[in-house]
Amino acid sequence: MGRAVNSPGKFKPGDRVTVKFEDRPGHLRTPWYIRGKSGWIERVHGDFRNPESLAFGRDGLPKKTLYLVAFNQSDVWGKRAAPKDKVLVDIYEHWLESSTQERSETHE
Amino acid sequence: MPRGHHDIGGLPGAGPIDQSEHSLSDWEILADAVNQALGAKGVKRTDEMRRAREEIDSAAYRDMTYYERWIASIEAILIEKKILTKEEIDRKLADFETKWGEP
Amino acid sequence: MNEAGSAEHGHDHPKHELSHYAKRIYAIRDLLIEKGVISEKDIQCQVEYQEARSPANGAKLVARAWVDTDFKGRLIADPKSSCAEMGIDATAINEFVVLENTEQVRHMVVCTLCSCYPRPILGRPPDWYKSFNYRQRAVVDPRGVMREFGLNLPDDVEVRVHDSTADIRYLVLPLRPKGTESWSEADLAKLVTRDSMIGVMDPLDTIPEIAPNTSTRNSPQLSFVVRGMCPLR
Repeated sequence: MGRAVNSPGKFKPGDRVTVKFEDRPGHLRTPWYIRGKSGWIERVHGDFRNPESLAFGRDGLPKKTLYLVAFNQSDVWGKRAAPKDKVLVDIYEHWLESSTQERSETHE
Repeated sequence: MPRGHHDIGGLPGAGPIDQSEHSLSDWEILADAVNQALGAKGVKRTDEMRRAREEIDSAAYRDMTYYERWIASIEAILIEKKILTKEEIDRKLADFETKWGEP
Repeated sequence: MNEAGSAEHGHDHPKHELSHYAKRIYAIRDLLIEKGVISEKDIQCQVEYQEARSPANGAKLVARAWVDTDFKGRLIADPKSSCAEMGIDATAINEFVVLENTEQVRHMVVCTLCSCYPRPILGRPPDWYKSFNYRQRAVVDPRGVMREFGLNLPDDVEVRVHDSTADIRYLVLPLRPKGTESWSEADLAKLVTRDSMIGVMDPLDTIPEIAPNTSTRNSPQLSFVVRGMCPLR
């Protein structure tokens, strides 16, 4: 997966995480379909300015750690997904919390 | 806060992918270049453009073409930043329309 | 000062027939120049920058990676530096990740929220990449999308769909077709389609009559730039 960053961020590759189900106004770059789902950290991309703040002309600081988070398709969409398939999303740390679950509850 | 109209990953009802492509018209190339030039000059950020696009009315969002949405966002951001006003854009456009007229 | 009412290029509509927003960009452009926010040259530079970018850049990288294992390692470890090695300017990409396809794994890239795409490498995205149907379906039905592009994968191949939601730009490094071991880099590059670097299809296995990535779509004649309106040309 290429070079990752030795970041002081909260999570490291392999950690199981759940995407928070936040529902607030503003410019949010965590897609609806992945909110509430559980997966694992695939890569630590590094620290970037927060797009939620940049979108309103602010400076986006302090930077936030961005992760590549992998999910089993079957955990996101249910049993109809091909068993080996994955969906991977770039998600900021403030959207993630530690998960001890093996599989998330599906929403649909 | 309802799901944003741009936040469409996984929504049902999508049909086959139309693989045809169109050559860009001059106005589309101009929209692209103006957008990039504004970014390169630091006048606006991509994140602001995305947010402006998300704020477009949801019916209009689906009806407008890709570059029309860009132009609407460029205009909204320039007005928000008080670089241009809607009135002066309207006036300039009215001047052009007089020139363009009917063939 | 540019006249918006100059002679039209053949494929364009007369300006009075353009839609509301299509017309407005001409007014916005002129006002921005009048007010010194951007210049004619700034616009010209962006047009030229974009025209210089096309899938041929990506195909060069892929072909080199196929013939040179060390380069492939460098490409995956540090894509931006590897682009620079090949004379490709990827500096506009904030963070660049190359996804290597194998016999067991295929990658596919989408931006469900808008249309993020590795433009500094591949040029502008195709219309279908920006379409609602692709943005809706890619994450939930990638195999169905691939089938439409002619790629049928067995269940024991893993499909990994990347939703490009942030500043990371992804390029798929497609799997080298079998039977091409003795091919030149130039011929290999002709097999690498733009769509194989997005991941909806595998590369070609025979050289097409018209090589891919040679479309002039990214280089149309531009009535407002080429025809003497830009003082730099």
